[in-house]
Amino acid sequence: MAIYVILALDVLNGISSLFLLCLGLAIIFGMMKIINLAHGEFIMLGAYATVISANAGVNIWIAMLIVAPVFVGIVGLVIERCLIRFLYGRLVDSMLATWGLSLLIIGIITTIYGNTQQGVPTPLGGFSIGSYQSSYYTLFLALMAAVMMAIIYGVMRYTRFGLVARATMQNPAMAATLGVNPARVYMSTFALGAAVTGLAGGLLAPVSGITPVMGGAYVAKAFMTVVGGGAAILSGTLSAASLFGSVNQVGAYFTTPVYGEVIVFTTAIVLIRLLPQGISGRFFKGNL
Amino acid sequence: MADLVPLLKAEHLTMRFGGVVANDDITFTLQEMELRCLIGPNGAGKSTFFKTLTGQLVPTSGTIAFRGMPIAGKASHEIARMGIGIKTQVPNVFNGLSVRENIWMAVRRKATPRQQGPAVNAVLEMIRLTDYADSIVATLSHGQRQWVEIGMVLAAEPELILLDEPAAGMTDEETFHTAAIIREINQTRAIVVVEHDMEFIKQIAKRVTVFHQGRVLVEDTVDKVLADQRVRDVYLGKKVAA
Amino acid sequence: MDKRLRLALQAAGTVVAIGVIAIMPSVIELFGLMQLTLFAAMSVLALSLAFIWGFGGILSFGQTAFFGLGGYAYAIAAVNFQDSTPAILLAIVVPALFAAILGYFIFFGRISDVYLGVITLTVTLILFNSVNSTSGDAYKIGKALLGGFNGMPAVPTFNMPFDPSTVLSPEQSWWTTAYVLLGVFLLLRLLLALPAGRIIVAVRENEVRASLLGYDPRLVKCLTFILGGAIAGLAGALYVNWGAFVSPTIFSLSLSAEIIIWITVGGLGTLLGPIIGCVVIEYIVAYIGSQQLLNSNLVLGGVLVVFVLLLPKGIFPTARDLVMRLVPQTKPKANGPSVPSAAAPHPAGAE
Repeated sequence: MAIYVILALDVLNGISSLFLLCLGLAIIFGMMKIINLAHGEFIMLGAYATVISANAGVNIWIAMLIVAPVFVGIVGLVIERCLIRFLYGRLVDSMLATWGLSLLIIGIITTIYGNTQQGVPTPLGGFSIGSYQSSYYTLFLALMAAVMMAIIYGVMRYTRFGLVARATMQNPAMAATLGVNPARVYMSTFALGAAVTGLAGGLLAPVSGITPVMGGAYVAKAFMTVVGGGAAILSGTLSAASLFGSVNQVGAYFTTPVYGEVIVFTTAIVLIRLLPQGISGRFFKGNL
Repeated sequence: MADLVPLLKAEHLTMRFGGVVANDDITFTLQEMELRCLIGPNGAGKSTFFKTLTGQLVPTSGTIAFRGMPIAGKASHEIARMGIGIKTQVPNVFNGLSVRENIWMAVRRKATPRQQGPAVNAVLEMIRLTDYADSIVATLSHGQRQWVEIGMVLAAEPELILLDEPAAGMTDEETFHTAAIIREINQTRAIVVVEHDMEFIKQIAKRVTVFHQGRVLVEDTVDKVLADQRVRDVYLGKKVAA
Repeated sequence: MDKRLRLALQAAGTVVAIGVIAIMPSVIELFGLMQLTLFAAMSVLALSLAFIWGFGGILSFGQTAFFGLGGYAYAIAAVNFQDSTPAILLAIVVPALFAAILGYFIFFGRISDVYLGVITLTVTLILFNSVNSTSGDAYKIGKALLGGFNGMPAVPTFNMPFDPSTVLSPEQSWWTTAYVLLGVFLLLRLLLALPAGRIIVAVRENEVRASLLGYDPRLVKCLTFILGGAIAGLAGALYVNWGAFVSPTIFSLSLSAEIIIWITVGGLGTLLGPIIGCVVIEYIVAYIGSQQLLNSNLVLGGVLVVFVLLLPKGIFPTARDLVMRLVPQTKPKANGPSVPSAAAPHPAGAE
């Protein structure tokens, strides 16, 4: 019995981590139709910001929940102004440029901090179910995923910024004639997406090995989850993250973690083949 | 001339996009060698109808038969090979290739390698672009690119030609020339033309079908259609008493 | 430029290339020759993506999938047969078959640009992960141990066709690799000059129009993709021959990125540009590797960003345009109004 509880916790953990990892990419892709291939490096920057500030004496919670998103949000803002804004409407070029950006960020971090692995201890303790161990941090991640979902939903649904952003997403030309400055909206959206991604990096810092190239492990997963989810930011990402997160954990449980990944990648390919518009394009049309 | 099997027969054709019904239970018959004009206000469903005929869209329901063979739901290239050619509403050409290469793409399917050169030249002559044969299509004017597309459609020698607004953006002289060519092609082939320009319709039309809100409103000779009060109302934007 | 003049120039260029390749071993020392052999093998890989992306309009983020499959197919077959002749053949056939299956899945499923990127990227990761986890004696194909992340050491290198006892010397390896590069280059040039090549380019230009004229864009793209896969597989065999070694890093994403950088730098839509880009970039990477000052990711990333933003056409086309502007045109351009901005928005993938 205990084994199933643990498996359920693993699945919950898989889903919430994946959701947190993808949310920033989904915001940027859903609103701006820009595929940010430097997404993995934004996560890495969030993790580094957390580790370095925590090791410098900053409280770990402040480092994760405030330093990481603020730092990466600012980085995102700078990148949008210097690079991304020239590439709107040029999907392929934006993919190439952000791929270049990802290498550039890896290079910068390697030059400064070297190739060695960094880490912070996991806060909160563990608990045991039967003879199995789990940690409260897993539950905290799930809680954070739910909180982020609520915040993004609230911002998009009930604030002025959310309304303007959704309108711009639907029809930029029309929004512009109504006095909205699309450039401002895109800039804030990109910075918001980057900040959310930085937060994900901060939250995952205690439970992952932190190296300059860690982003590579995330970018493909995030990419396929967002595309598999389709255009709807929340319902799409949540449904795809739930599907892929569960498949990954259950697959890994019955085989090995490596084959868990292989199974989830294969699932993603089949899903994209069956639902070219993504899950939300098929089932949650017009949702957030 | 009532052939046993019409060239084209669409029955109860319906095309829905989500909640929007672009074509609603359309039944349309075209005989061999016929020249038909489709008119109707914007959004009446004319271009959607053309797209379902050429396999760019799969109709929600209904059947389409080309010389008795069902074609609804077939891929575009299969329908093209059966002998339906289309000039689409927006110029749909190979922008990065030369005029000659564009025409060659259409000729190649029909002609042997030795016939290809002369066939391309003949089409270039007809569309009056011989001087521009080696220009890249993207550098031509809008009207010239329309001609390139019409040339491609002709070069493929289809049995049925669909022209979606062939005279759009053309000068009066170009329009006149277009009308002359359409009448000439009609000597050997059936043609369906979508057009807004009434003067142009009068130059070429025999029978006219009027689309309105996804349905066929009227179908009759050109004089009767133009005299029809409902058609006038539609074009003036009034509600039609059904 | 006059057609005959152009043909004569091309023929002259080919003759020069043949000669340069022939005398190279007597001009430079062994270390330099080995490095050039590597660059030539990589250039074949560059050509494979230059062809499907530049002419077929298919941007694959996972061209290394075919490169790696070719490399592994060669290594496994070479270990088993102890003869490189069938191994090279397999290095072409296996990736081509894989490309056929994947291409059928992608193109006949009407999967659009972005999704194509995701799928090719994901497939590469699947291969990387799968091969990476094949450590241990259980993973054995015939006599060949796959070796997981350690890879397969001591892979037999090329021998004379059907004569396993005569292994090629480094000089002969250079000639083989360089002449294969030249051969692939000329083959693609020829293909593009033939009707088939024009159809491939036409499908890239406008898929809808091509299908309305009776061409099946799915089939055309699928065949283009397969040819690209076969060439990348051949490049994989050449690469393994160069190092006598293959490991899962052959599937790595950073190599996929490098191929794209070669082409972006050299010039998309040309065949010569990507070769130039490949050699220049690989030379820089090798140079950076030999000193500690700069990180190669930093340089590669910076180069890619700068080129996408400032020189999107790449080195080769930009240089060619410059030369064309300096040399007076022999034939005046058609008297039409040449307004390039009149180009209609690209209709392909508008959905």
